[in-house]
Amino acid sequence: MSQAIYVNFIKDNRWKYITDGLKVTLEVTLFAVLIGIVIGFLIAVVRSTHDKTGKLKILNFLCKTYLTIIRGTPVLVQLMIIYFVIFGSVNISKVVVAVISFGINSGAYVAEIFRSGIMSIDQGQFEAGRSLGFNYVQTMWYIIMPQAFKNVLPALGNEFISLLKETSVGSYIALQDLTKGGDIIRSRTYDAFTPLIAVALIYLALVLLFSWLIQILERRLRQSER
Amino acid sequence: MSVKKEKPLIQVQNLGKQFGDLKVLEGINVDIYKGDVVFVVGPSGSGKSTFLRCLNRLEESTAGHIYFEGTDITDPKVDIDKHRQKMGMVFQQFNLFPHMDILKNMTLAPMKLQKKSQQEAEKEAMALLERVGLADRAHAYPSQLSGGQKQRIAIVRALAMKPDVMLFDEPTSALDPEMVGEVLTVMGELAREHMTMVVVTHEMGFAREVATRVMFMDGGNFVEEAPPEEFFGNPKNERLKAFLSKVL
Repeated sequence: MSQAIYVNFIKDNRWKYITDGLKVTLEVTLFAVLIGIVIGFLIAVVRSTHDKTGKLKILNFLCKTYLTIIRGTPVLVQLMIIYFVIFGSVNISKVVVAVISFGINSGAYVAEIFRSGIMSIDQGQFEAGRSLGFNYVQTMWYIIMPQAFKNVLPALGNEFISLLKETSVGSYIALQDLTKGGDIIRSRTYDAFTPLIAVALIYLALVLLFSWLIQILERRLRQSER
Repeated sequence: MSVKKEKPLIQVQNLGKQFGDLKVLEGINVDIYKGDVVFVVGPSGSGKSTFLRCLNRLEESTAGHIYFEGTDITDPKVDIDKHRQKMGMVFQQFNLFPHMDILKNMTLAPMKLQKKSQQEAEKEAMALLERVGLADRAHAYPSQLSGGQKQRIAIVRALAMKPDVMLFDEPTSALDPEMVGEVLTVMGELAREHMTMVVVTHEMGFAREVATRVMFMDGGNFVEEAPPEEFFGNPKNERLKAFLSKVL
């Protein structure tokens, strides 16, 4: 056992594959989530404005097309298309490609999460805002969005967690993430068990940590209403 | 009732509202003057709430015009948000903002729309809360209040914008019976201070007490209008007579 740990992690500073990979995984997840939230937010606003008022027909159509394509194809295929086709002839960092790909992918899911949150707010809230003299955007911003955000926080948290795990397919474009780090060690030491189990445990620890943080945030948001 | 020859605050001309083929309102003409306390009563489904909601365009009318302070607010080019700031509205379901405390509920619109400082807005809000006896709940959240308290807050939230008219859409219909009184007390005080009010309600006793005019709506138009003594004491329209015999 200690021999296995020595060979896989200590010798030749192999632990660095794990820590460097972990850094890349967290980086990609964090920035992809930010892009996803921005895209998702904009699309949700367009879609729910269309649902509520019937305006923005063309934008709504574009958004729906985006949602259909992104949600209808595997994330790995999207990643490879973006890396090998779109940026095929450009020398670009794999981290950037991964951030863009996962961000665009996550945006589609976040959009539907946000939209369901917006549509779940009682119409009376909207009317109360408008009756005070707020315009559509102000009503959305001050009254609907804060409530919608609170309602969808658990779903957003889940999206973050699945994205964290999903980034492991980045190894397909040789992204040096946590999964790849473990895989590299495996190919050096011919021991599959130790590095891969270690990688799995690190993912699990991260997921548990983030679930816990989301729970705390949720509880704090709910407290402000009591 | 206003007999002065001043200009009406709200002038409704030939107002109509259709949902598809269904005509909900048709050919409504009403003048509402400053200081009027107009009660709109009638059987459910007669179009009372739709009429009220057309007045601030929460419901878009499909025919006719509404002039508010001289401006045709049914004109699509008009900045309706500006006019709504002068038309307070109180809803059956209160519609307080659950994510804000009471003070924030009341100061949000004055601060964002009238550019009042937080200090000024809060001072005015506290004065209003004092008036309705809820100053001690300023930092409570809506979910911590009873229905009657919520509706009193909803009223002062609208008043915080210093509106020229207050629209009430069945303000006591969602309340437990023992909480109706506290809301009516606040409304009665407003009426005595000559706030212009349009009230859709089923509270006939209250209408009799504070209204300057009572209007009976049936089938999408007003079929009788009179001062309360006459309206309840000596109704002329047959449908009104039948209605009153059922509800009084």
